[in-house]
Amino acid sequence: MGGGITLNHFLVLSLIIFSLGLFTVLTRRNAIGILTGIELILNSANINYLAFAFYGGGQYDGQIFAIFVIMLAAAEAVIGLAVVLAIYQNFKTIDVDATETLRG
Amino acid sequence: MLAQVIFYAVAALTVGSAAIVAFSRNIVYSTFALLGAFMGAVGIYILLAADFVAMVQLLVYVGGILVLTIFAVMLTAGIADVKVSNRAVGSVPAMVVAGGAGAVMLYAVVRTQWHQAAAVTPAPTTYAIGNAFLGDYVLPFEVASLVLLAALIGAIVISRHEVRE
Repeated sequence: MGGGITLNHFLVLSLIIFSLGLFTVLTRRNAIGILTGIELILNSANINYLAFAFYGGGQYDGQIFAIFVIMLAAAEAVIGLAVVLAIYQNFKTIDVDATETLRG
Repeated sequence: MLAQVIFYAVAALTVGSAAIVAFSRNIVYSTFALLGAFMGAVGIYILLAADFVAMVQLLVYVGGILVLTIFAVMLTAGIADVKVSNRAVGSVPAMVVAGGAGAVMLYAVVRTQWHQAAAVTPAPTTYAIGNAFLGDYVLPFEVASLVLLAALIGAIVISRHEVRE
């Protein structure tokens, strides 16, 4: 990539998104909010994979790992949202603090 | 120059949307802002010469995960009543943890001498990725299909209503 955009630009962008995702996961009490934070973190990991693939000589291994990450994120979102809906049916709320019947 | 402008525009879209996701008090706004974050990521993937991954991101994330998340938001009535802040971890400690993690990674990124190969010219990647999936990566590819099948069945089993006679 020309124009003075280097690998560090993409890495810094990815770590900003990672930090925002981590903040989302830590502060949300809403189960769906926590899942959106996880999606942000997985996206930042993908940006790193593709940046290293591009600046590391154009091999395809990084892109293939990114596709596997997207696939696992889809599976994780499906299962996570199914769990959230099951919790909602049982507790009538998705506040993670209200669903603490397993707390010892 | 043009690449710089495009990079900063796409980066601003991504970071701004991610900030709305992180800081919005309303879960509906937060979920819809994910659209901007995912579209920004698509732009970044295209900038990184990964056209196939960008299209997969568009189909799976925007067309699948985002729609699914919005469905979940709409199906859980009273979702806006859930307080945003977490009782166990307040907003300030969370900011300290996330900022600290970001600062450590920034230090690592800036201090490391990354090996940089010669710049590659963007070329279509679909052919090579398809060959790799049915060549070197055929075992993970098949295991991935099993994982997706398990996720499909698991989601149905978890979320259906149990009818007891």
